[in-house]
Amino acid sequence: MSPTTERITLAKAINLGMRRALEQDPKVMLMGEDIGKLGGVFRVTDGLQKDFGPDRVVDTPLAESGIVGTAIGLALRGYRPVCEIQFDGFIFPAFDQITTQLAKMHYRSRGRLQLPVVIRVPFGGGIGAVEHHSESPEVLFAHTAGLRVVSPATPGDAFTMIQEAIASPDPVLFFEPKGRYWDKAEVDLDAVGGGLDKARVARRGNDLTLVAHGPTVTTALKAAEAAAADGTSIEVIDLRSISPLDTATVAESVRRTGRCVVVHEAPVLYGTGGEVAARITEECFFHLEAPVLRVGGFHAPYPVARLEHEYLPSLDRVLDAVDRTLAV
Amino acid sequence: MSARPKTPRPPKSAAPCKDEDIALAFYRQMVLIRRFEERAARGYAEAKIGGYCHLNLGEEATVVGLMAALQPDDYVYASYRDHGYALARGISPERVMAELYGRTDGVSKGWGGSMHLFDVDARLMGGYGIVGGQVPLATGAALAVAHRGGAEAVLCQMGDGTTNIGAFHESLNLASLWDLPIVFVVSNNGLGMGTTVEGSSAEPDLFKRASAYRMASERVDGNDPVAVHAAALRALTHARSGKPFLLETVTERLKGHSVVDPAGYRTREQKAQLLAGDALSAYAARLTERAILTDDATREIDEAAMAAVDASVRFADASAHPATSTLFDYTYATAVPNDSRRLPGQPLFPAAARPGETMSEKAPA
Repeated sequence: MSPTTERITLAKAINLGMRRALEQDPKVMLMGEDIGKLGGVFRVTDGLQKDFGPDRVVDTPLAESGIVGTAIGLALRGYRPVCEIQFDGFIFPAFDQITTQLAKMHYRSRGRLQLPVVIRVPFGGGIGAVEHHSESPEVLFAHTAGLRVVSPATPGDAFTMIQEAIASPDPVLFFEPKGRYWDKAEVDLDAVGGGLDKARVARRGNDLTLVAHGPTVTTALKAAEAAAADGTSIEVIDLRSISPLDTATVAESVRRTGRCVVVHEAPVLYGTGGEVAARITEECFFHLEAPVLRVGGFHAPYPVARLEHEYLPSLDRVLDAVDRTLAV
Repeated sequence: MSARPKTPRPPKSAAPCKDEDIALAFYRQMVLIRRFEERAARGYAEAKIGGYCHLNLGEEATVVGLMAALQPDDYVYASYRDHGYALARGISPERVMAELYGRTDGVSKGWGGSMHLFDVDARLMGGYGIVGGQVPLATGAALAVAHRGGAEAVLCQMGDGTTNIGAFHESLNLASLWDLPIVFVVSNNGLGMGTTVEGSSAEPDLFKRASAYRMASERVDGNDPVAVHAAALRALTHARSGKPFLLETVTERLKGHSVVDPAGYRTREQKAQLLAGDALSAYAARLTERAILTDDATREIDEAAMAAVDASVRFADASAHPATSTLFDYTYATAVPNDSRRLPGQPLFPAAARPGETMSEKAPA
């Protein structure tokens, strides 16, 4: 039988992935603000309440701490809740529940309690929004042991990774690149994935390794395309999981290329790029031809819409880092 | 998890207004806000306004009645639906529109945008983009007033959805426990984005929530500026005596949650009903009936509002965009050693000794 494929947006891919999880497991529940009748601000849960009912696709009051807290309670009694946080900057009332309870209860109970909770967070900029609506707070969670922090970059990965996240016995912070919600691709609806554990080589190359996740994977691919025109062969790695980090895939690549640039929208300071750079330095020190460079957001609050493209890692800034790395 | 029966709306009030000048002033401000918000929606569609844009359309009576009850040195904290509050607080439409346009002559120098209007001189201490973000902060401002024995009061405005967030309950408890001079105002327009009050609140009579904190409270017809004004005066008198107050103004949101929300959760009938019951038209009819408002005056007021709004658009259009080089200014209050100030293609941007003292316009050599 030939595989079923469909050309869909990243948002629709997540929707279909959740639909499949709801169909396959009666213990899966969706919770969030305006996710039911409205279908979510970005329409990611569109149509799910209509088909699975208001008891499984629950419109909650505006109460992030309450949403995540009750999801933990549900998970402790066998449910698999999937919470939607409306925007990245709205997650902080729930930060307490996530870092003090969700991340630690399995450890604290010495494995007697599992917490299969998924927290979906539309993150990143590029849509002309402002602070609280464009931020990339993924490392705040990556810094906490016990949480899995992942981000799909393509519709195909979005479809499989959301299902893997829901099936995971551990809590997963699922960061959705909202600027890519409307990107379309052919998605294999029979695919089973593997994205939660392993980084993806998005493009093969020999001269330099570009590491990205979520929204910047597309930027990295464009940079590789532009560099190819100049005769530079760039390998692009899509991390998929920020924590835990698949160091092996990145290290294998850097051992071949000798050069590495990490790109993300989150501020560079104390970010994913710093972690990747440290690990690469530890594992590939004698293969490195140049220091690992980072391209990302600045050490300033997320700016107004008009200036966000100065803040975000643009193609120019990525290529500039590529040039500087190659010049060493 | 079925929705509870719909909250009875308070009876339509038609509070007598003894002073015709005040009654007309309310009308003038309501029309200004109406025209301003309509123009803001257009500015958003024209991509002149970025970010998100939440309008006070339908809530003009509440906005005007509340702001008129304040003394000049009272403090206002508002939600992200804050344009009308800024205008009614006396901030010029030019500076508000420039802020929506993200320009340097805006109240927040273009860096706050629609949701974060600030004007410390007008004691508008911000709109807030996070639901409930303003509630503990306003409570803290009231604590500051109480601590130094000031005579000011704080008015903390929020939407109905805010009453379900933890910070609301923490703040009401603190305000009551510490006898703070603050009026919490819940502008109940019936919907938190697309979710009804009854569908999200176990006690949909929101003013009753105050009783959990032994706080006085009242519900008022938020579509009647005169009634809102009178209720706000009572609440503020109460607050100034060191007892917080919760005032619920029941009003309507004529359009979607934000400019980009088509409000698909409302039926065609509901939309028609909303327009038919529009508070601005109702108030105009009331004033006309009492011969306070003539046809000529209606025209004159409308034209004046349109002229003010047009002028605000011209002002906003002519104002400069913030320079990219100012992206790091104000991250810290003073120049911080080793602060990372980097811009595209440029190594470092040194900080001024005090932010804003010299705006760094170009990269160092």
